[in-house]
Amino acid sequence: MNLERVEQIIETYGRDRMNSLPILEDIQREFNYLPRQALELVAKRLGMPQGHVYQLATFFKAFTLSPKGEHQCKVCLGTACHVKGGALILETLEKELKVKAGATTADGKFSIEGVRCLGACALAPIIVIDNQPLGQITADAAVQKIRELAAPKTAPSPAPAPAPASKPAAAVPKRGVDMSAVPPR
Amino acid sequence: MADLHRADVLVSCRHGRTPELVTALRDEIERRGLAEEIRVVETGCSGFCSVGPVITVRPEGHFYASVQPADVPELVEETLVKGRFVQRLAYKEAAGRKAITRYEDLPFYAKQMRIVLRNCGMIDPRSIDEYIAVGGYEALGKVLTSMTPDEVIAEIKKSGLRGRGGAGFHAGRKWEATRRAKGDIKYVIANGDEGDPGAFMDRALMEGDPHAIIEGMIIASYAVGSHQGYIYVRDEYPLAVENLTLAIQAAREYGLLGEDILGSGHSFDIRIVRGAGAFVCGESSALMQSLEGKVGEPRAKHVHATDRGLFDRPSCLNNVETLANVPQIILNGADWFASIGTERSKGTKAFCLVGKVRNPGLIEVPMGMTLKQIVNDIGGGPPKFRKVKAVQTGGPSGGCIPASMLDIPVDYESLTEAGSMMGSGGMIVLDDRTCMVDISRYFLEFLKEESCGKCAPCREGIKRMLEILVAMTNGTAKAGDLERLETLAKTVQTASLCGLGKSAPNPVLSTIRYFREEYEQHIKDGYCASGACRELTAYVIVDEKCKGCGLCIKVCPQEGISGEQKQPHYIDQAVCIKCGACYDVCRLDAIKIVPKAAVSLGGNGGNGHGTPAATPAKDKPGAAKGKA
Ligand SMILES: Cc1cc2nc3c(=O)[nH]c(=O)nc-3n(C[C@H](O)[C@H](O)[C@H](O)COP(=O)(O)O)c2cc1C
Ligand code: FES
Repeated sequence: MNLERVEQIIETYGRDRMNSLPILEDIQREFNYLPRQALELVAKRLGMPQGHVYQLATFFKAFTLSPKGEHQCKVCLGTACHVKGGALILETLEKELKVKAGATTADGKFSIEGVRCLGACALAPIIVIDNQPLGQITADAAVQKIRELAAPKTAPSPAPAPAPASKPAAAVPKRGVDMSAVPPR
Repeated sequence: MADLHRADVLVSCRHGRTPELVTALRDEIERRGLAEEIRVVETGCSGFCSVGPVITVRPEGHFYASVQPADVPELVEETLVKGRFVQRLAYKEAAGRKAITRYEDLPFYAKQMRIVLRNCGMIDPRSIDEYIAVGGYEALGKVLTSMTPDEVIAEIKKSGLRGRGGAGFHAGRKWEATRRAKGDIKYVIANGDEGDPGAFMDRALMEGDPHAIIEGMIIASYAVGSHQGYIYVRDEYPLAVENLTLAIQAAREYGLLGEDILGSGHSFDIRIVRGAGAFVCGESSALMQSLEGKVGEPRAKHVHATDRGLFDRPSCLNNVETLANVPQIILNGADWFASIGTERSKGTKAFCLVGKVRNPGLIEVPMGMTLKQIVNDIGGGPPKFRKVKAVQTGGPSGGCIPASMLDIPVDYESLTEAGSMMGSGGMIVLDDRTCMVDISRYFLEFLKEESCGKCAPCREGIKRMLEILVAMTNGTAKAGDLERLETLAKTVQTASLCGLGKSAPNPVLSTIRYFREEYEQHIKDGYCASGACRELTAYVIVDEKCKGCGLCIKVCPQEGISGEQKQPHYIDQAVCIKCGACYDVCRLDAIKIVPKAAVSLGGNGGNGHGTPAATPAKDKPGAAKGKA
């Protein structure tokens, strides 16, 4: 790993303990996790016991100690998203990717996690894939998006994402809806 | 600057496709050679999120909803070249489908009163000149040239401004305490941590009008005698950090931050510090620990932060919305501010009105407006076929106010009396498809994750409470659990160290207070009437009501519903994931929520027919008409 970059980050903030959080945040952003050697270096440069750095790295949610996948998918489980079915979306994606929330797929392609509020509650339920917010999404549409990303680049891109609440492209053809049978409520 | 252009096109919303929309607009305007005359402004959140991205064209005031990049050529041609309104892109009221063409006429805004959010969605937050053009930094000028620090404090005290971050402490008193505290070095800190899940007022403010917060901070620094300020911004808000950083740079360039501000002799500068994703760091003492580069564990409150806060020096911490009110109070006077609101809650409050309403979004209303007015008049009421059940305010420290009490005014005291609290401004509307036991469980799950673990009542108590609530929602609860839950809740409330633990039982206690029978139903009957507790729920089709329209077949993500046209359909319990899509879409009330224990599982045979006796059929009038 590139310890040089870690040195740079430390120097841009200065060797003051007060800067430990922003330094760790930038390292997390740079490497997508906090590599052990980076933590050791931060401790050394800021003159902090390694234990203290580790304490910070495990206390705050923004940090992870293991690498994340190539594509990162965050499913909002904030209150607004919860009441609109965020948990079901997360569950569906867990099934699709065959990993639990917080983990990364064996091929290193995807990580999924549940997060508490992305600050876009009016668009609930919302997920963010690779920093792209997808508001008012359905579980089906989320799966579709994941499949698009999983598809090998050479294959023709799949049909455009279906409108919310409609079937994945592979669904068997269905009879049309006979609205004449539905009296107005 | 605004007045040099023939027209301004304001584009709000930063979600999804907005950047493409802005590019498309700029390209089209350029292509037609109108770039000199027409300016495209990317504003912050205008609040009307449900119909975003929105475009407002000034000076006409034309308002367009849900605009897509493909609409741009027509929009430019009609509105900007020919001065005509594009009906196709008009906002249509959810009820009645009436088209509304002008910003001023939108019912969503008509009942609001925008003081703090007045610039959000109206100006380019990245331009200090625009902020100045709408009266920005005038209040600072007034303070520095014609008021003493004591006069500033007196004015804020007189206005009755109270903290918008949660507890509602009087801002003027806090400033006074900081001013009186001994010490040469004092700090002014703005709390932009916004940990409440389900709220984004502070985000909108930091992104959409950063200078208002900065101006408020500079005024506070003058009043309390501080030369260094910090803004603590939530980690998930990179755009807020970006806009605040630009704003601070611009303010420095204009001599509004730094040494000898506007020649007054007062010096002050601000540094931005990002949080790192911990709810408890929104709490005053934890926030200061985190600013010092330590883990955010709260301290006991026998010493006030105004005496010994950050680095053990006097510190004045205010929420960003509190601070953004300050310039307006200075400009318009304490009496003006105090004339808005109720006896003890002055001014306005920004809320994030979300959940089960037609027009979710960011709003600001005068204190004292009733919850009912907010939910119905601004929020447009619950979605079709649904009924409001409760309104949750105050986030994880707040509670749920039942539909029967929505006539109470929103002010600090009324909400606290009702078992909830003002909090930072989350307002989540819950309908009959939301389960109150599940909401309790949800908040405790959140708080269990977020408890810092320093004190035992909070760390262990929340965990035990959560275990009971999980049991209630999955059908393993025992008799006596409800009483155990209440006892635990009271212990955690009394014995916890900081506000997180002390208020953690609120969501539980308030829902028990108003929805006790719902808890009992979960324990005794293993039944969740809303269907939200999926482990307790089965959806079945009532043969007599089903007309075989096929709507449910179409929406079922599991392809778990079958049946011939115009014949009653069947739900395959073996594949059903209890998402409730069929229930929500059925117009005939033909789908019913029953306890899972009441239906037989199994392949296509167990199709969920039959009407178990355990639940009374809640027939709605007219629903059964046209029975086969
Ligand atoms: C667990 C907990 C979380 C809090 N989170 C926030 C927050 O995210 N934003 C905020 O402004 N205040 C938060 N507060 C309230 C702060 O402790 C503090 O009262 C407030 O920032 C003071 O500013 P005000 O007087 O202007 O409201 C929180 C309090 C507790 C106990
Ligand atoms: S609750 Fe999901 S974005 Fe706020």
